[in-house]
Amino acid sequence: MHELSIAQSLLDIVVEEAIRHGVSKVRRVGVRVGAFTNVVPDSLSFCFDLIKEGTVAEGAELKLTPVPLAGLCQDCGAELDMSEAVFSCPQCQSANVKVTQGQELLIDYIETDEG
Amino acid sequence: MAELEVSRPILEANDRLAQANRQCFKDAGVKVINIISSPGAGKTTLLEQTLTRLKDRLRLAVVEGDVQTTEDAQRVAAVGVKAVQIETRGACHLDGGMIARVLPAFDLNNLDLLIVENVGNLVCPVEFDLGEDLKVAVLSVTEGDDKPSKYPVLFREAGVLLVNKIDLLPYIDCDIERIHATCRQLNPSQVAFDLSCRTGQGVDAWADWLEAWVKA
Ligand SMILES: Nc1nc2c(ncn2[C@@H]2O[C@H](COP(=O)(O)OP(=O)(O)O)[C@@H](O)[C@H]2O)c(=O)[nH]1
Ligand SMILES: [Mg+2]
Ligand SMILES: [Zn+2]
Repeated sequence: MHELSIAQSLLDIVVEEAIRHGVSKVRRVGVRVGAFTNVVPDSLSFCFDLIKEGTVAEGAELKLTPVPLAGLCQDCGAELDMSEAVFSCPQCQSANVKVTQGQELLIDYIETDEG
Repeated sequence: MAELEVSRPILEANDRLAQANRQCFKDAGVKVINIISSPGAGKTTLLEQTLTRLKDRLRLAVVEGDVQTTEDAQRVAAVGVKAVQIETRGACHLDGGMIARVLPAFDLNNLDLLIVENVGNLVCPVEFDLGEDLKVAVLSVTEGDDKPSKYPVLFREAGVLLVNKIDLLPYIDCDIERIHATCRQLNPSQVAFDLSCRTGQGVDAWADWLEAWVKA
């Protein structure tokens, strides 16, 4: 259940950002979760709900946006759909592939009542 | 309603600690590997076999991540190599902070290689950078040839794949070629060894490779 540690890190950042911007109530937290990470979105939400009580994020829900794995062949320039998790280029067979998305675990935005 | 743009990686705090560890290893000139597998795949047995072969060729030390007991650290110490135990008390992975806290127990300047045995788990340890140079995945043939496709993130991130317990191949139904084919798709530059920590088959080749990698 590493989602608990991940939820804790997430909450720490949310609280820090809330303080920095003088926000007293966070309504929603937008998070991007890459498909090629070991994070189960439902269990992240579950853990977040467990630990948010008594913080500025008490009333906040997580808005999780899954990001599919994709890449760019560094040799022939082909854009690669990598949903099969093949890390080489089907056009030119090159293994010199750069992952462009799908491995991120990122807090995108925070929505508040204020402002 | 107001929206604040944040754009921060959730694991940035761990990544900072891991990066500080990495700098510390680099300054001391010590290489670090992080061994990851499911429980029982043979990490500690692999350590015993590897350390026996390398302890007169390299200056070695071990960090043992274990949920509760100090048994693994004792097995390593019995080979004559310094081992420090991290008891995670239920946590399913080591993180950068736990490693940072045990580093003062080592004389890093007088080490060539520090080996970390992570908590037995194919999922959680992968998300937490420790500051290592290399992840080593150990998969035993009794776990099934479908594991790389079921746990692709580990087998992608691992620079080395060790397929262990090949002494048991005659008794089970495991297509070792399937393991290698999947791992090649996930990480075409991965280095792979088939071995048995029971019979010793293949262990010399791995140990020689590791020594050369440390000295490179
Ligand atoms: N048959 C066989 N058994 C092995 C081999 N390597 C380890 N084992 C056994 O597998 C069990 C778990 O090994 P251990 O090293 O404690 O696994 P760990 O939990 O990954 O550290 C022990 O009973 C070992 O003796 C091997 O190559 N062949
Ligand atoms: Mg062990
Ligand atoms: Zn290409």
